[in-house]
Amino acid sequence: MQNFEYASPTTKEQAVELLGKQWGETEVIAGGTDLLSLMKDFIVTPKRVVNIKNIAELRGVTINRAGGVRIGALTSLEEMIERLGKGYGALTQAAKEITSPQIRNMGTVGGDLCQRPRCWYFRAGFGLMAKNENGEPLVPNGDNRYHAILGNDGEAKFVSASSLGPGLIALAAKISVFGPKGAREIDADKFFVAPKSASDRETVLAPNEIVTAINIPSTVGVRSATYEVRQREALDWPMAAASVALKLDAAKKVTSARIALGHVAPTPWNAAEAAKFLVGKTITEDVAAEAGKIAVANAKSLSRNAYKIQLAQVAVKRAILQAAG
Amino acid sequence: MSSSDERHDHAADANTSGESAVSRRKFLKGTGVALTIPLVAGGEKIVKAAGADVKIYGPNKTEITLTVNGSPKKVSVEPRATLLDTLRNDLDTTGAKRVCDRATCGACTMIIDGKPVYGCTVLAIEAQGRKIETVESLAKGDALHPVQQAFWDNDAQQCGFCTPGFVMACKALLDKHPSPTEEQIEMGVGGNLCRCGTYHGIKGAIAQASAALKKGPAKMTRGGKSNG
Repeated sequence: MQNFEYASPTTKEQAVELLGKQWGETEVIAGGTDLLSLMKDFIVTPKRVVNIKNIAELRGVTINRAGGVRIGALTSLEEMIERLGKGYGALTQAAKEITSPQIRNMGTVGGDLCQRPRCWYFRAGFGLMAKNENGEPLVPNGDNRYHAILGNDGEAKFVSASSLGPGLIALAAKISVFGPKGAREIDADKFFVAPKSASDRETVLAPNEIVTAINIPSTVGVRSATYEVRQREALDWPMAAASVALKLDAAKKVTSARIALGHVAPTPWNAAEAAKFLVGKTITEDVAAEAGKIAVANAKSLSRNAYKIQLAQVAVKRAILQAAG
Repeated sequence: MSSSDERHDHAADANTSGESAVSRRKFLKGTGVALTIPLVAGGEKIVKAAGADVKIYGPNKTEITLTVNGSPKKVSVEPRATLLDTLRNDLDTTGAKRVCDRATCGACTMIIDGKPVYGCTVLAIEAQGRKIETVESLAKGDALHPVQQAFWDNDAQQCGFCTPGFVMACKALLDKHPSPTEEQIEMGVGGNLCRCGTYHGIKGAIAQASAALKKGPAKMTRGGKSNG
């Protein structure tokens, strides 16, 4: 990896000032599970790395009076699993599917949201938009078996690698961010963006902003689940995932629903139409299956990933049944 | 490639006349010492950020102290040096293996502050002040740790390259869950790969080590029951 200078600030204000104004100049290190691999492969070559692990206020899981929870960005995935109770199935199940204790101990909640795509063209140095030396896109006619089936109209064809993103959208979480202009809160749904050029990133963060915490509103009465369709149970990314959060009334009818898909689009994918369909219904296998169909109604496969449409549909169905059951 | 690797490659090139009957490791060690570069001045500077003085380390080498298997070790590293490379190349602690070097295979598994991590994906500079345990910490003289003994007895390795990492992952699992369930075993060693496919033996080793550890300090020596 290219050498860099290293700073370890103790406040978020210092961290933000130490970060560059352009992407690529500097990088933030928390768990390092993604950044070190990116640097070893020269996919990112920062001149300075800013460690945020010594910023105490980015740590800890606190449950507030209203029943909501604030998860500090530096919380490890393992700590999050241990601290969150029943109502947070969408998050804890997704984190447990990261089947490596080493990654769960090292990787942070904030880092999960900021990790870069796993697109093999990107990781092999062909850029975020995966182009050859003549500027021709490689994904549409290349090996796109793990690429996007939704939101793939633009140049970005990779899938978001975030495990927690879909769960955070399902639970209507907000992401707290700090930058030179101070703090701001962003709906989990609006945090992720499909980049328009290879020098953009996959979130709304500016180069000198950091994630400070995740805020989840009260989950009282919420049933949530994440279901991943995987090629293997050991450490790997799923081929498709769905996170669902439901509220049911006394008669077991759905009063509110949120559904988000993972690993199918350049961002976690909010399946609002499918969620709307569930409201007022009693969850049965047929209802869940129909919601799955609606979730992928606008999916468009590339040359080699049509199978993912079926997987995504099934993931939605099974996540709904798990959440309701 | 880390600077340490480059140094060793150069070291190997620089001394090809060599004496006979010298092991590869001794050879590398000898030449490595000969080429040790003195600490470059200016490894640190101070910048102002948000009204405070913040130390910037590197890109030159800076001196750090690591607590490895109970002993403090001083070493000069560039910020990019990983803990794994620093232990292996500079501190002669080669139990943890470098295989994928991408936080995937688990051969470099070590325990930091009681938790299993991938040493290839920790910066050495960030491991200061933390308790680093590698496989070298387990055996006491000839007496194997119950987890090591269980690997021996259950034929839990073939080529053995993943073994130091697996042993550390299993130790960390049993420290946390002395009687692990099937799910806890899968969650606990899911971050390690064995390309020889000795998983069945490893599961048997976990069961034996779990029982042995609960019995308290057992007297175990090399060459227990046969692999039959």
